[in-house]
Amino acid sequence: MLVAVVLYALSGGADYGGGMWDLLASGPRALRQRAAIEHAIGPIWEANHVWLVLVIVVFFTAFPPGFAATMTALHIPMTAVLIGIVLRGSAFVFRRYDARDDAVHRRWSALFGAASFFTPFALGLCLGALASSEIRVIDGRLSSGFFAGWTRPFAVACGLFALGLFAFLAATYLTVDTESEPDLQDDFRTRALTAGVSLAPIAAITFVLARNGAPTIFAKLTSWWAPVLVGVTSVCAIGALVGLWSRRFRWARAAAVGQVACILVGWGLAQYPYLVIPDLTLTNAATVPSTLTALQSALAVGAAVLFPAFGYLFYVFKRRPASLPPSD
Amino acid sequence: MTDLDFARSQMALSLAFHIVFAAVGIGMPLLMAVAEALYLRSREPVYLDLARRWASGTAILFAVGAVSGTVLSFELGLLWPGFMQYAGGIIGLPFSLEGFAFFTEAIFLGIYLYGWDRIPAVLHWLAGIVVAASGVLSAVFVVMVNAWMNAPTGFEVVDGRLTNVDPIAAMLNPASPGQVIHMLLAAFAATGFVVAGVHAFFLLRDRASAFHRHALGIALGVGALATPLQIASGDVLARMVAQRQPAKLAAMEAHYHTRAAAPLTIGGIPDDAAMTTRYGLHIPWALSLLAWHDPSAPVRGLDSIPRDEWPNTRIVHWAFDLMVGAGVAMLAVAGWAGWLWRRWRRVPDERWLLRALVIVGPLGLVAIEAGWVVTEVGRQPWIIYGVMRTAESVTPMPGLAVPFTTFTAIYLFLSVVLVYLLRRQFIETDPRAVRRARGPLDVSRDD
Repeated sequence: MLVAVVLYALSGGADYGGGMWDLLASGPRALRQRAAIEHAIGPIWEANHVWLVLVIVVFFTAFPPGFAATMTALHIPMTAVLIGIVLRGSAFVFRRYDARDDAVHRRWSALFGAASFFTPFALGLCLGALASSEIRVIDGRLSSGFFAGWTRPFAVACGLFALGLFAFLAATYLTVDTESEPDLQDDFRTRALTAGVSLAPIAAITFVLARNGAPTIFAKLTSWWAPVLVGVTSVCAIGALVGLWSRRFRWARAAAVGQVACILVGWGLAQYPYLVIPDLTLTNAATVPSTLTALQSALAVGAAVLFPAFGYLFYVFKRRPASLPPSD
Repeated sequence: MTDLDFARSQMALSLAFHIVFAAVGIGMPLLMAVAEALYLRSREPVYLDLARRWASGTAILFAVGAVSGTVLSFELGLLWPGFMQYAGGIIGLPFSLEGFAFFTEAIFLGIYLYGWDRIPAVLHWLAGIVVAASGVLSAVFVVMVNAWMNAPTGFEVVDGRLTNVDPIAAMLNPASPGQVIHMLLAAFAATGFVVAGVHAFFLLRDRASAFHRHALGIALGVGALATPLQIASGDVLARMVAQRQPAKLAAMEAHYHTRAAAPLTIGGIPDDAAMTTRYGLHIPWALSLLAWHDPSAPVRGLDSIPRDEWPNTRIVHWAFDLMVGAGVAMLAVAGWAGWLWRRWRRVPDERWLLRALVIVGPLGLVAIEAGWVVTEVGRQPWIIYGVMRTAESVTPMPGLAVPFTTFTAIYLFLSVVLVYLLRRQFIETDPRAVRRARGPLDVSRDD
């Protein structure tokens, strides 16, 4: 059980990282600033991708029945996520290496942008569905069909919320990345503020819909830790907005990261101990102990190798401010 | 076609697409690390230019490989939830390890690509080595999973429940060493040959190009060394298959009747109903010799296997012959090149050899595709050999024709774009590279 909790925290952490990067990459809805965005994503975008793969493989190694049930019940939105990922990833690379004439460049950008909208929305649908208590697994068989959960208003609200959150975070990041170009920075500041402010009503709607759409989660949100977490999240959110407003962009970035972290941790706590509410929990969907132990050591060793390496990558590239030409 | 057929087709298509990038993603970092090592030793700018160009190519291929790999990790669950539920706990571990190896590769490739003028030269080269090593490790882990599907070990089934699961024993199953080595050598041989073929093509157009001559030297060296080793490892693997998966071996060789001193059948049209292979070339004793290293040894035919456990004989047999044929052609060209190389003591650039290289260049990739068809189709109808049938593991989701069509369209589109892009990279490389190799090196701009 303890093992399972540790695993959950680890995969949740990776999830969080994956989310962060994804949203970073979903920036190109800001139409004019492509060069800056491309520059910001370029060196690290391969690594972003891998978070997702890591989450998936750890998921199916540690919780095979949970993985099987999720992928069967959410076949349709997951396929949508997948298509979004493929289009987004390849459009980004192709644009990088094929950025010679403007028409082609614009077409890739349009595809990249569209897929960047689509993917987090579909991911939000899936998360909403997992929380909805509508996916039923009885005697190891999925009994709720292929449309349970993700077609509900609550899941749609989750999708929109994910979209808004990612947009907000990406724009906030970019205000820091464009420090050397004040006019671009202003653009991103406006975008971050807009996204941040519009996030509030979406969050409220999601919360209200959760009462019927995700009763288990809603009930959890009234336990002792909930006000604390909601408080911290709100402080972070307001801090980020104030930071943006007063042009303390580094502060704003830190606060936005804190905000997203709190939201994900809160979601994790509210969902705990369930994997797929209400039938699959971390315990009953976990695999055999021998594999969990091996996986745990693998995760520890992997983390010991990866974090320094990732740190080095950042150190090398974020050490010096951008001085590369804006496009190929 | 049934939903199962669509699911299998979609998986096959995704794997066939991914394997090209995976294989080249294993081979290219080696080539670029060799080029950079030669640069560090000789300080000849042409090697640096080469390492940079190859690194750009690697970046495109790696990116597509990463995307197509992500697709596969999703499809395992989307299409084969039964398999994942059963096997995830036993064989998920190497997948997770592969995730880490892949992550390491991505990080260090980032450092390599963007670090040319930001970190010390030796560190930069070491980053390249890490990319190459983690690429190899990824392949080791993934092939271990496939080997387990062929030779499932490391668990027991008691009353239909899994017990005594030992993920390490599952990883180190009997098929692992042979399959892993065969795949790694395949990646090196195929990458070496395909890159050699491309540079041979440009060398035929511009005989004076130092850039393409040096490139040809490195790529051909890797390809020509890997090919004979690969054929030897194939022999070891085939004997392993003969012992553990008689149905697969029988289908590979279109061998219907169990007998001693079995002949080898090359080509022909296997006919399951008549249990005979028409129009094939039959070489007496050769199959017994190859499978057991004894010309009189008995070899089990398909007649010893229940009819509903036969793989598709035609596909497996033809794919096997295609793979071996491609390997033999590569071996012949490798031998020719090696002979000239020794005699002349320089990179051989004989016109006919270059032409042969252009033709043989893609055969390594053809052999890889064919080889995967042999091992995958040859394992059917099982997804886990002798334990779980493919039909039992497919998703209950109806209408799989829709995702299949969608992904087929996407892959077609991606392939077209990719070929177009790579072609443009090479063509644009050509004159500029020659100029750069001669003139002062331009390090201010990199992709």
